[in-house]
Amino acid sequence: MKPASFKYYAPETLDEVLELLVAHGMDANLLAGGQSLVPMMNFRLAQPVVLIDINKIKSLDFVSEHETGHLRCGAVTRQSTIEKHADVQKLAPLLQETMPFIAHSPIRNRGTIGGSIAHADPAAELPALMLVLEARFKLISASRERWVDASDFFIDLFMTDREPEELLAEISIPPMKKHAGWAFDEISRRSGDFALVGAGANVHLDPDGTCSEAKIGLMSVGATPMLADHAMQLLIGQKPSETLIKEAAETAAHQDIDPGSDLHASAAYRKQLTRVLTERVLQKAFNRARKRN
Amino acid sequence: MSTRYFGKPIRRNEDERLLKGQALFIDDVHHPGMLHVAFLRSPYAHALIRNIDISSALERTGVVAVYTAKELGDLCTPGPLIVPPPPIEGIIFHTRTQTPLAVDKVRYVGEAVAFVVAETRYIAEDALEDIYVDYEPLEATVDIETAQSQKAPLVHEDLPSNLAAHVIQQKGNYKSVRDQAALVLKRRFYYDRGTAAAMENRGVVAQWDGKAHRLTVWDTTQAPIPVRNALASLLGLSESQVRVIAPFIGGGFGPKIMFYPDELLIPWISMRHNRPVKWIEDRQENFVATTHERGQVHDAEIALDENGCILGVHDIFLHDTGAYDPYGLTIPINSQCTLLGPYKVPNYYSEFQVVFTNKPIVTPYRGAGRQHGTFVMERLLDVAATELNLDAVEIRRRNFIPPDDFPHDHKIMYQDFSSLTYDSGNYIPTIEKAAEIIGYNSFIEEEQPELRKKGRFCGIGIVSYVEGTGIGPYEGARITIEPGGTVSLATGIGTQGQGHFTSFAQIVAEHLGVDVASVRVVTGDTDAFHWGTGTFASRGAVVAGNACNEAAQKVREKVLKMAGEELEAAEKDLVLEDGFVHVVGVPQRRIALGELARRANPLRGSVKPGTEPGLESTVYFGPERGATANGVHAMIVEVDPQTLMVEIKRYVVVHDCGTVINPMILEGQMHGGVAQGIGNAFYEQLMFDDQGQLLNASFMDYLLPTASDIPPIETAHLETPSPLNPLGVKGAGEAGAIPVGALFAQAIENALPDFDIEINEMPLSPNRLFELIVEKRV
Repeated sequence: MKPASFKYYAPETLDEVLELLVAHGMDANLLAGGQSLVPMMNFRLAQPVVLIDINKIKSLDFVSEHETGHLRCGAVTRQSTIEKHADVQKLAPLLQETMPFIAHSPIRNRGTIGGSIAHADPAAELPALMLVLEARFKLISASRERWVDASDFFIDLFMTDREPEELLAEISIPPMKKHAGWAFDEISRRSGDFALVGAGANVHLDPDGTCSEAKIGLMSVGATPMLADHAMQLLIGQKPSETLIKEAAETAAHQDIDPGSDLHASAAYRKQLTRVLTERVLQKAFNRARKRN
Repeated sequence: MSTRYFGKPIRRNEDERLLKGQALFIDDVHHPGMLHVAFLRSPYAHALIRNIDISSALERTGVVAVYTAKELGDLCTPGPLIVPPPPIEGIIFHTRTQTPLAVDKVRYVGEAVAFVVAETRYIAEDALEDIYVDYEPLEATVDIETAQSQKAPLVHEDLPSNLAAHVIQQKGNYKSVRDQAALVLKRRFYYDRGTAAAMENRGVVAQWDGKAHRLTVWDTTQAPIPVRNALASLLGLSESQVRVIAPFIGGGFGPKIMFYPDELLIPWISMRHNRPVKWIEDRQENFVATTHERGQVHDAEIALDENGCILGVHDIFLHDTGAYDPYGLTIPINSQCTLLGPYKVPNYYSEFQVVFTNKPIVTPYRGAGRQHGTFVMERLLDVAATELNLDAVEIRRRNFIPPDDFPHDHKIMYQDFSSLTYDSGNYIPTIEKAAEIIGYNSFIEEEQPELRKKGRFCGIGIVSYVEGTGIGPYEGARITIEPGGTVSLATGIGTQGQGHFTSFAQIVAEHLGVDVASVRVVTGDTDAFHWGTGTFASRGAVVAGNACNEAAQKVREKVLKMAGEELEAAEKDLVLEDGFVHVVGVPQRRIALGELARRANPLRGSVKPGTEPGLESTVYFGPERGATANGVHAMIVEVDPQTLMVEIKRYVVVHDCGTVINPMILEGQMHGGVAQGIGNAFYEQLMFDDQGQLLNASFMDYLLPTASDIPPIETAHLETPSPLNPLGVKGAGEAGAIPVGALFAQAIENALPDFDIEINEMPLSPNRLFELIVEKRV
């Protein structure tokens, strides 16, 4: 379990990172927190020719409230920083509440928000949550800069819209609305494990109690993190009753996903968990929204 | 007897070194010029080796040598049969042990095919990718139930089938009681594979000293003396030329008792290249190269009278030994014997077949087959209790061997080749105590119905078991009082976290009146002590502990004799205290133990004929047979009926291992055992595909429970001393792990009565519980 040999760069500036990406592109891996990449290298499942360590790039390590009111996070911000930051609590409480579900605290001390998103593990919390939160990602390269919606970013298993010479630099999350409600829950075999299934919800109720917006994100039920589109459509424009929530949960489990089976959960069990978790997070999210109304 | 140290919860002598990171573990051993080894292991469970091309690996810079079976020459012969099968009438046993590297054919994924010797481990691993092996894959035998069919590929083509062994043991006449029984119940039980997953993997460092003509080997073995003896024999050295050191080891649990190919090869390479050599197993290797446990299928039947008393048990089972059987029949014999548990079983028929499969080798791991037997018996009693409308405590109480029926001879042969005889026991108080602590009756009558009204599914379980411990043949101890006043103690067994540095010191300190911390214990170094077998089968405290006890008594006798002369007092008037001997009531008339030791080793003058120098004694202890410990575990769980996640609300262990040396260390043994038991029951399972590929060879997918998954464990101890050794102790190493599967099954069934499921398999998982419920509905 020793990695194959690789060339290691630890550039001091963002420009140097982008130059290295141009030079090595396909052969290079970016090293942020290393919590997924390093084990894969030790198993020799990943054998990058070049490793570009971006931990020295201080400009990628920040959390702030943008003038638009959006929460902005630099890609190499540690997950533990996100977990404790006052701006995160204020602008994206769902994100903050979800952080403790990610592995264990020593892992969050190293793991970064951008690393997890760019790795795009469908079983990880942050990619799914970005869909729920309608986040946007800033991708930069030596030649251009662009913003991509989370919903366009996750393409397939461990595959994203990021080009080889691009760097995921920044995450932007719109602020939680006044009459919003939110919840996250997951089922994992052991505390800290990747979830067998996870669900996050972010809903908004009009003053008369009508659901005007609903996002339900699901993890570990397909090749990418996904939104439960049919279930979301059922809720919008309705006053969410217990029956409607149950119906939405059924829909999420049986129309929105087509999960696979693996060592730890059969497809049938994953559907069951999806139904149960969707119902639980929706109930909690709507209750919260009602209280804030 | 009032004691100062024996029986007290004294903090461990070894912990300061361990906690400060100052204890020597195998990977801490460094030597200048040391070479590193990496093994190339088979990716196929069953394949012919047509050709191995090592030429490009040899060209890589930093590679010193590459070996395949061909280059090993005469060294490449099958390894030893470590434990021969017991002499049971009519027994069939085919010995098949592996060669250091596979010859012509591989029989499991992970079998070593070649190895690289290089300047660094990194280079060695790089060079593994340069070796080209031309395999011809064969169909694999994976499933034990079909392993003996006509179509099953032969693991060992020189045998007519994959049968490795066949054993029948019986007493009484099951068939005749079956016909008279009020109730006969038959079930099939499955118990799948797991791995010990010690925190520290295995490793070997060897250093051949060409000038002294001595070989020193650091090895993560539980049995350093047998390893030394085997190395001397296989390498053509005298035993005194070989020193094996088993330093601090991060967990043994059984799989480190073997004699693995690497344990021979690393010393051999060191001699051949005249350089120190290191091999440290990595976790990926550990999953396949270190032995496994637990694959069995039982077809069991129990016959009872109308009161729920057992008339007889009939059990036929299959045991998976993997590709080879170097450890004989210890596991299935343990299953066969331990099934009887703490119960009177007048008629018993037990037959097993051991089968070869294309999977890693199976050898004992904490519990060593006892889990299976216990699971079968406890489950049969649970089913019977339901049929007879008895509760789990009552049916057990009615079947316990009564306290006046000891020693209790079960009249079948145990793993130590003697008749399975329980030395002592008092079982009813054990279950009563456990029921009392967990509040069995009030839970069933009051709490459970209340919780159910609130929509909460909580269940209780209570199970019973015995643990055969402390088997022979013998261990020894040498105790020396040094001129500085230190008492040194050497014993041949190795240590892997059991607290030997403290529990043995307590035994010695008690006799010699010295502080426990001033007893310096050396274990697992064949230069310090070279007679013995090792640490396994919950025998350290029983066998080595009693050797320590008797050696300390002998030294005490020497001290008293000499001090009597020096202080001009009768021996009966002398007191050993605080490192001094003084005359009772006259503390100022005293002499230090160190001073006595100095005078016992004079530089001039003459001594009386027959006098031995110093204050030292070496004593060996061999018990007539094993001592049988027992216990009861009880648990309350809450099951989420929608997700099938299980939460342990309370866990109680009441245990009786005879006289207790150190209750704190004992409690630690219970906690560790329960943690592994919980892992085996609900988290851990080695999963193979139909071609023998292990699908979850990493801690990402092989789920060891972590600290956050293990509940607080409440323990209580009863003490029914063993009459078989002067200390009255019984072993405790495996007890925590043995009954946990049976306990999970009973507690979960109890929590989910509406679902009407019956759990006859281990391990479980939320996914598996979901499947059982769905199957029941269909």
